[in-house]
Amino acid sequence: MKVGIPKEIHAGERRVAGTPHTVQQLVKMGMSVMVEAGAGVGASLPDALYTAEGAELVDATTLWAEADLVLKVRPPTPDEARQLKRGGHLISFFWPAQNKALIDILAERSATVLAMDCIPRISRAQKMDALSSMANISGYRAVIEAAAAYGSFFTGQITAAGKVAPAQVLVIGAGVAGLAAIGAARGLGAVVRAFDTRAAVKEQVQSLGAQFLEVHVEEDGEGGGGYAKEMSPAYIAAEMELFYQQAKEVDIVITTALIPGRPAPKLWERRAVEAMKPGSVVVDLAAEQGGNCELCVPGQLYEHNGVKILGFTDLSSRLATTASQLYGTNLLHLLRDMGGSPADYHVDLDDEVVRGALVLDRGVLKWPAPKPEPKAEAPKPVVQVAEKPQEKPVEKAHGHAPAVAKPAGKPLAAIIGLALVGVWLFLRFTQADAQLGPELAQFLQHLTVFVLACFVGWQVVWSVTAALHTPLMSVTNAISGIIILGGMLQARGSPGAASALLGVLAVLFATINIAGGFLVTQRMLKMFRR
Amino acid sequence: MESVLLTVAWLVASVLFILSLRGLSSQTTARRGNLYGIIGMAIAVGSTALASTIDLYVPLILALAVGGAIGAAMAARVAMTAMPELVALLHSFVGLSAVLVGYASLLAPDAKTGAVFRTEIYVDVAIGAVTLTGSIVAFLKLRGSLSGRPLLLPGRHMLNLSILLGIVVLGVLFAGSGSVTWLLLMSALAGVLGAHLVLAIGGADMPVVVSMLNSYSGWTASAAGFMLSNDALIITGALVGSSGAILSYIMCRAMNRSIWHVIFGGFGGEQTAPAAKGGDAAAPGEVRETSVDETVTRLLKARDVVVVPGYGMAVARAQHAVHELSELLRKKGVRVRFAIHPVAGRLPGHMNVLLAEANVPYDIVLEMEEINEDFARTDEVLVIGANDIVNPGALDDPQSPIHGMPVLEVWHATRVVVFKRGRSTGYAGVDNPLFYKENTAMLFGDAGDSMKRLVAAVRERVG
Repeated sequence: MKVGIPKEIHAGERRVAGTPHTVQQLVKMGMSVMVEAGAGVGASLPDALYTAEGAELVDATTLWAEADLVLKVRPPTPDEARQLKRGGHLISFFWPAQNKALIDILAERSATVLAMDCIPRISRAQKMDALSSMANISGYRAVIEAAAAYGSFFTGQITAAGKVAPAQVLVIGAGVAGLAAIGAARGLGAVVRAFDTRAAVKEQVQSLGAQFLEVHVEEDGEGGGGYAKEMSPAYIAAEMELFYQQAKEVDIVITTALIPGRPAPKLWERRAVEAMKPGSVVVDLAAEQGGNCELCVPGQLYEHNGVKILGFTDLSSRLATTASQLYGTNLLHLLRDMGGSPADYHVDLDDEVVRGALVLDRGVLKWPAPKPEPKAEAPKPVVQVAEKPQEKPVEKAHGHAPAVAKPAGKPLAAIIGLALVGVWLFLRFTQADAQLGPELAQFLQHLTVFVLACFVGWQVVWSVTAALHTPLMSVTNAISGIIILGGMLQARGSPGAASALLGVLAVLFATINIAGGFLVTQRMLKMFRR
Repeated sequence: MESVLLTVAWLVASVLFILSLRGLSSQTTARRGNLYGIIGMAIAVGSTALASTIDLYVPLILALAVGGAIGAAMAARVAMTAMPELVALLHSFVGLSAVLVGYASLLAPDAKTGAVFRTEIYVDVAIGAVTLTGSIVAFLKLRGSLSGRPLLLPGRHMLNLSILLGIVVLGVLFAGSGSVTWLLLMSALAGVLGAHLVLAIGGADMPVVVSMLNSYSGWTASAAGFMLSNDALIITGALVGSSGAILSYIMCRAMNRSIWHVIFGGFGGEQTAPAAKGGDAAAPGEVRETSVDETVTRLLKARDVVVVPGYGMAVARAQHAVHELSELLRKKGVRVRFAIHPVAGRLPGHMNVLLAEANVPYDIVLEMEEINEDFARTDEVLVIGANDIVNPGALDDPQSPIHGMPVLEVWHATRVVVFKRGRSTGYAGVDNPLFYKENTAMLFGDAGDSMKRLVAAVRERVG
């Protein structure tokens, strides 16, 4: 099966649908891969890297004519669509609601089309969720763009030349992009607050170290699929008032609010822009859908009263290398889900993920997919916490509590309890203790010590790290040589007495044990080094 | 007054033993822990030696010196790969001492009488004898002098039960009369029981057996403590006993076995039947062989490598070569980590000790839970002399005898290289579907040899 990865021809698009790494994986799956010459240049991926992984370098015409499956980032242009092989497959972002004409062209070519933007947002499909991958990148990049356009530090500083206050950042909409923006802005040292109509994201916002702003109107904006729904007029009025108040305080606003299938809600009104300090920056991530900011000009930097409004629509493309890698991996996961190897690759209409993404099946319109069960999980946003070190804490085992559930514990405890009650009653009513008196009392005393020691041992040993189990065995082995005391105490009376002889023999063997155990433990422990 | 001093000394010793085990909770405090143990033992032995009742100093000191010398020699000479044998052997000494002490207490001129005291002696000797013979059999099995195959006598559960019953009956007789004959008879019976219990256990379950014997050796010390009215013995024995019990429990959980199955050996029979089954499922696919050269090329290209050592690495003594390889790769910037399955090897934590011997830093040696998630992001996995612990059948084949056992999911990695001596099945006698997976390549030959050739080749290329 021939997989084709063309160069993206949309102006300013630097991403590509496959990187050398994902090509390597495709080849391993058994695909033969064609890459258009220069496809990866925008993402700093020269052709040589692709050929090294086994890709064939071709020109655009050959690629479109020969590929059984074309992987793209952007929807194809009508021209490209017309070149697709008859009956060929195409996977890309597609936006079927906005591209009806394109669907007709492709239907006429009996094409099978899967839209990456229609992958259902369910747990299983998270690894294929390209919207989240791209949103994560846009959120990060939005902060970088804002920092570049802003005339001061993000982090507060106290220098010999005076004090600089930290930037105040407001993030509107705490989806994947919003959370990524919060993380990045916090990483740069800004003071961040965030707003979202969905109460559920409050914890996520706070876990990233941002303050969560709330409107005092009871209404939850959870709209399913990780998006918010449109709110009531009273709520919106209160929200606008909140933003207007915030506008006077913040230096940077990043808006990420989207409602699927509708133009972006206008949240940052003209009066809010005018209330901002000159030099402030608004980054509108919803620019492609018309923008959250009333004054936003999609694709451009627009300045109003000294406030810069960034309406860039190519933010993820500005991090082309990583965006390509993540997008390529999303595609790879989708292909694996569809069978993987050329022999197993197929469009499975029963697969919820494939069905959701399917736009055309051999020219037949399949979009939109029938609604699955209403229960939609919010996709867990992949939030990168940059300052988190890669290494796992080494001393994980140190002092961790004995968290062991003993399955058989309850009935066992009950049996022991009953037995004790029985013994107690027996002793109480038979006067057996009169005969056994002192011996029994002593026995019980020892039993107390024994049981307590078992508990201590139980608690202490659970904290031993697995790596030291062998030393644990040899050291317990050595200390179980304490039996030597029993032997030593018999070393008395006449030398020929059987008890003395046996005692001394016991000492001999126990000593071997003690010396051997401790020394070998010492030897082992010396070897452990960091 | 003297008895008060002795009791105090023993109390101090007991506390030091607890601190000793506590110290083992991490590598940084472990050596101090061992030191506490040594000090505790010195205090216990020293103070007891000064007790006024003891007068046979010459034989006593002689025994201490000879025993100490033998122990030290054994400890100094043992190869780290032979640790399981040594541990088993040492367990048998504890059992033997307990038996001897039991008889000595009974035969002592001023011995106590009474049913409680006799029962205590009886229990002490019984556990001691089981520990003694069980450990000796375990030692022989681990050394390879006895076959690792479980010995499954017909009606073995009945046999065990009747021996147990016999021991109880003899116990009642002994508690009444105090006659040595009954004790001797019982010792013989208990000895047979111990040997039989361990004989019935298969080689792959050895880590559980060794930790169980460890536990027994503790309980026997505790029983001796009851007998001698000595709290130091009771406490120490209980510590060791619970430690061994926990280890057995951990090992059983890691193998998805019930502890009763292991104690009573091949319980129910279905555990051992599959040895035959491996045959009829033969040749489910082709295995791919690889060469040292190819492996080196891939390793040098990799970014993330995980090494999974198993008992085969211990047998081939390949740990030093493995370390050398990992250091070379690390110097090149490859991330190398080690993944340890809880039951890899024949002793709990066996692989950790071997890797430590070879100077592998312990912070790149990870446990199963820590690394299983990461295999999907790993370029190369080197499986060195491990088989059952990387068997995907344990997860997806309900027919597999090791089904349900948690394993290292190496097959999620981009590629797996399996170092294997021959085409035989693992200790559990189960075929391994991993070997037939597309991303698996086999490197046949002695693991030590292959490793050395690998190291030489890497050296050559890195320069």
